[in-house]
Amino acid sequence: MLTKRIIPCLDVRNRKVTKGVKFQNNIDLGDPIEMAVAYSDGGCDELVFYDITASAEGRPIDIEMVREVAKAVHIPFAVGGGIKNLEDMRRVLLAGAEKVSVNTLAVRNPKIISEGAKQFGAQCIVLGMDPVKVEKSEKFPSGYEITTQGFRTRTGIDALQWAKEAEELGAGEIVVNSVDADGTQAGFEINLTKMISENVGIPVVASGGGGTYQHLIDVFKEGKADAAIIASMIHTGKFTIKQIKDELIAAGIPIRKKW
Amino acid sequence: MITIIDYKAGNLTSVGLAFESIGQEVKITDKPEEILRAEKIVFPGVGAAMAAMDNLKELQLIEPIRKVIADGVPFLGICIGMQVLFESSEEDGGTECLGILPGKVKKFRPSDKMCKIPQIGWNTVKVKKPHPIFEGIEDESEFYFVHSFYPSCSDANNILGQTDYADAVFASAAGKNNLASVQFHPERSGRIGLRLLENFCNWNGN
Repeated sequence: MLTKRIIPCLDVRNRKVTKGVKFQNNIDLGDPIEMAVAYSDGGCDELVFYDITASAEGRPIDIEMVREVAKAVHIPFAVGGGIKNLEDMRRVLLAGAEKVSVNTLAVRNPKIISEGAKQFGAQCIVLGMDPVKVEKSEKFPSGYEITTQGFRTRTGIDALQWAKEAEELGAGEIVVNSVDADGTQAGFEINLTKMISENVGIPVVASGGGGTYQHLIDVFKEGKADAAIIASMIHTGKFTIKQIKDELIAAGIPIRKKW
Repeated sequence: MITIIDYKAGNLTSVGLAFESIGQEVKITDKPEEILRAEKIVFPGVGAAMAAMDNLKELQLIEPIRKVIADGVPFLGICIGMQVLFESSEEDGGTECLGILPGKVKKFRPSDKMCKIPQIGWNTVKVKKPHPIFEGIEDESEFYFVHSFYPSCSDANNILGQTDYADAVFASAAGKNNLASVQFHPERSGRIGLRLLENFCNWNGN
């Protein structure tokens, strides 16, 4: 049976893993390569790295770091943040990443999804989206609006509409990162995840808000997520991946048991 | 020395790095003469079947691949590198493939719409036939998969391992004689995947 994936998210700034709440007040946590190895050995199913300042500082993604990760771990990992064009995608993938995640770029230029999928395969192209809760309206029938640049910019795009469009354009997977829940450890936004997952045929990864075992159980059972991204709950050392997986298995969720 | 065939079907970085991490020397090549001289061959690939077959034709690699397989060189197909070993694929409106393994490559057709395509993630492989590539690997271990099409063997003797997804119980590992192939990505399957690659390196093809 296909198992549900647990994906640690490593936000990287100046070669250090960092974590904030709702994209603010970041503190440094450690070396990205060391943390990647520790999580991979600890049983995570995949990793995602976001170069969180590349975009704002207008510099290219840290390719040397991608290469070092690819040498150090032999599980899939995605890289996002600061991807500006097909050439950036190619460099990240050739450095050894399994997937590349686009967010702001795809909103500005949706064709990058179809072009990337055509050049490198749909499985490589992840659409990351940062929806924020808004009043349901004609403009926002799903009740969620897409933001970009770490919540700084509102786009006027409806979240569900955007997810469907990304699927049509050829994205291989969608990461739904709730702006409202990010870093709070108060639980995933189940309704948002469920709505997106039930309305697209590609895998949906829930992100933002995971803080307890029950949050993960809920996002898989109720939220219909195919995978979940976690950060704070493991970065703080509060839980290990093994502990999380044991609890999910006990709750009847299909989880990879041997690594 | 592991020779990895580069036929422009995706990114070979992770395959190369995985073999290097277990102490193997790796040569990545698209040259027929180097393939014909190889001691052990890995035939990876992601992407679409038709593009893969077109590239193999253009690079004149089809005959060398047939020859090394016939000559008993240990050969490992991965993902698309497995699929094109079969007779044909439903992908791209029907694609004729190499026909080295009897059977066809079919599209997943799930009845449950919550069953997502592509299959992305870790799924179990049930060993159907003990094989040197599974040496020391516990039965029903999980491997990393990314695919929308799956191989359907018409000769059950060629099925080495099986996996269950969507509407299919399919051959996630298949082979005969010196030919082994896997639908999953051992190079992305952690310690257990590396063990499979190590087993392949230690296999003489018998």
